Amino acid sequence: MAADSVDVAVIGAGPAGMAAAVAAARAGLSVDLLDEQACAGGQIYRGLEHCDPRRLAILGPDYAAGSELLAQFGESGARHVRGASVWQVSRDRSIDYLHEGRSVRLQARQVILCSGALERPFPIPGWTLPGVMTAGAAQILLKESGVVPQEDVVLAGCGPLLYLLGWQYLRAGVRIRAIVDTTGPADYWQAMQHIGGALAAWPVLAKGLRLLHALKSHKVPFHSGATALAIEGTQAAQALGFKAGGRQHRLASRLVLLHQGVVPNTQFTWSLRAAHDWDASQLCWRPRVDSWGELDQPGIFVAGDGRGIGGANAAPAQGRLAALAIAHRLGRIDSRERDTLAATQRRALRAALRIRSFLDTLYRPKLANRVPTGATIVCRCEEVTADAILGYVGLGCVGPNQTKAFGRCGMGPCQGRMCGLTVTELIAVGTGLAPQEVGYYRVRPPIKPITLAELAAGEAEGD
Amino acid sequence: MPGRGTSLNCLPLQVPPVQSLAAALLVAGIQRFRATPVSGEPRAPLCMMGACFDCLVEVDGVGSRQACLVAVRPGMVVRSQEGLRALPAGEPSAAHGG
Repeated sequence: MAADSVDVAVIGAGPAGMAAAVAAARAGLSVDLLDEQACAGGQIYRGLEHCDPRRLAILGPDYAAGSELLAQFGESGARHVRGASVWQVSRDRSIDYLHEGRSVRLQARQVILCSGALERPFPIPGWTLPGVMTAGAAQILLKESGVVPQEDVVLAGCGPLLYLLGWQYLRAGVRIRAIVDTTGPADYWQAMQHIGGALAAWPVLAKGLRLLHALKSHKVPFHSGATALAIEGTQAAQALGFKAGGRQHRLASRLVLLHQGVVPNTQFTWSLRAAHDWDASQLCWRPRVDSWGELDQPGIFVAGDGRGIGGANAAPAQGRLAALAIAHRLGRIDSRERDTLAATQRRALRAALRIRSFLDTLYRPKLANRVPTGATIVCRCEEVTADAILGYVGLGCVGPNQTKAFGRCGMGPCQGRMCGLTVTELIAVGTGLAPQEVGYYRVRPPIKPITLAELAAGEAEGD
Repeated sequence: MPGRGTSLNCLPLQVPPVQSLAAALLVAGIQRFRATPVSGEPRAPLCMMGACFDCLVEVDGVGSRQACLVAVRPGMVVRSQEGLRALPAGEPSAAHGG
C-alpha cells in the first residue's frame, strides 16, 4: 500500500495534540494531526469551535480558555485530518487510519500520541442499564449539542468533573436530585498531608471550593461518604440505592450519572508493546517515557493524559516538550535552543502538576467501586461477572489475558477499555499479586473496528 | 420505510439539530439502542466518546456503527442492533469494488 509521508504525525486534537502540532509546525516541520472527531479540542474543549455565547456562559471560563489554543492550531499550518479513526500505530512509525470509508496509511518520521483519558470504569450493580451514563458523557452532550436532561438527575461518585458538571447543570437550569459523594471525612484528612502542593496551586484549589460552595448554596442535597452504591431497574435505571450517614437511601431517578475520575487511554501504547508501570496513587497504568515523553520505542512520544493524569494545563507543556525533542532530532533547532525553550515548558508542567497529589488522594476511588463482587458485571461487552473472574483465578488464571481464554472477558468490541483496569485489580485482589505482576491485556490492532471493505478500499487505491 | 426522513426501526424520527446520531436518538427519547449478543439485555450509550461501544446501531444497512461517532443527517435509516451484527449478503462483493 502506498503511504503518504510526513515529518510528525500527532494523534488526538486535545490540548496536548494541538500544542504539539503548533510547536512542531513552528519549527518548520510538516505535521499531520489525526483526530476522530469533526472538530479540534479533544473531550475537554469539545464543541468549543462552534459554541454559542449562552452555552459558553454555562460551561464556564476554563472551557472558554481553550479558544486560544484552538486559534493557534488553526493558524499553525498543521494539516488537521478530521474524522480519522486511527486503527494501528506500528513501531516503524507507520499509521493506519480509517477516513471517509477507506483505510489510509501514513508514514511518519516521528509520532506523538495524544489520545488523552477515559473515564474510569464504575462497576457497580446495574451500571449497564440504559439511563446510566458517565458524567463525562453528559458533559459532552452539553458541550457539543447543548443537550441537558429534562428530568431530575442524580450525580454519583467523586472527582472534579462530577462537581463541575453539577455546577454547569445548575447554570443550565437542570434539576439535580442529589449529589451522592463517595468522598468521606477520612479522605479529607488524608488529603491534608498534600495540602502544601494544593496551596501552591491556590487558584485551582480556590476554584474547586467555589464550585462546591455554589452547589451547596443552591441547596443541592449532598450525601457524603456514600457506600454500597447500586442502580436498581430491569430494563432501565429506576433508582440509585446507597448507604450514607448510617442509613440506607433510595433516590428514584431515570438518569444516574456516574464518575470516579479519569485514567490514561493506553490502547496505542499497549498495542506497541511499550513498557508500562502501575501507578499506585492514580490507580492506573502509565506508559514508561523519558523526560521528553518518548517511549522505549524510538521516535514515538506520548503527551497529555495518555501518560498519566495531569489535566488540561499540563498537557500542552508535554506536547510542546515532545515537539521540541523532535525538532532537535530532525535538525530544526540545536540542543541549546531546545533546552532553553524546554525550561519554560518544564516549569509550566511542574506548576500544573503541583495539585495532583492532593486531588489524587482526596478523590481516590474506593476499592468497592473499583473491584466489584458477586454478580456485578465487569466486562460489559461479554457480560462477565466479578464472580466468574474470581472463579477463573481459582482455576489458576493469573493474568488478564487468561481471562479472555477462560471466559471471553475483554474480547468484545471495546477491547478492554471498560474493564481492563477492573480486571487487573480484581485478579490482584484474588491472587494477592501486585497489579504490576498481574499486568494488562495484550492489546492488538485494529484499535478501532474496521470492515474488510474499508480495508480493501484503501488497498485498491494504493495499488 | 418513510420517505426522506430519518427513521429508527422503520418508524419516523424527529431529529434535532445536534451533531452525533447518539445525541439525536437520546434527545428523541430513545432509551434502548441495542440488545447485547450474550443475554439480550438492553443497552444505551455510556461514554459518548467512542470508548464503550454500547451505542452500537445499524446505520443505512451497516451494523455495529458507533452512534456517538456518526454525524446525524436527514434520511438516515437506523435500526437498533439486536445481538450480534448481521453481515449483509452483499458485503463480500464490496471488497472487489475499488
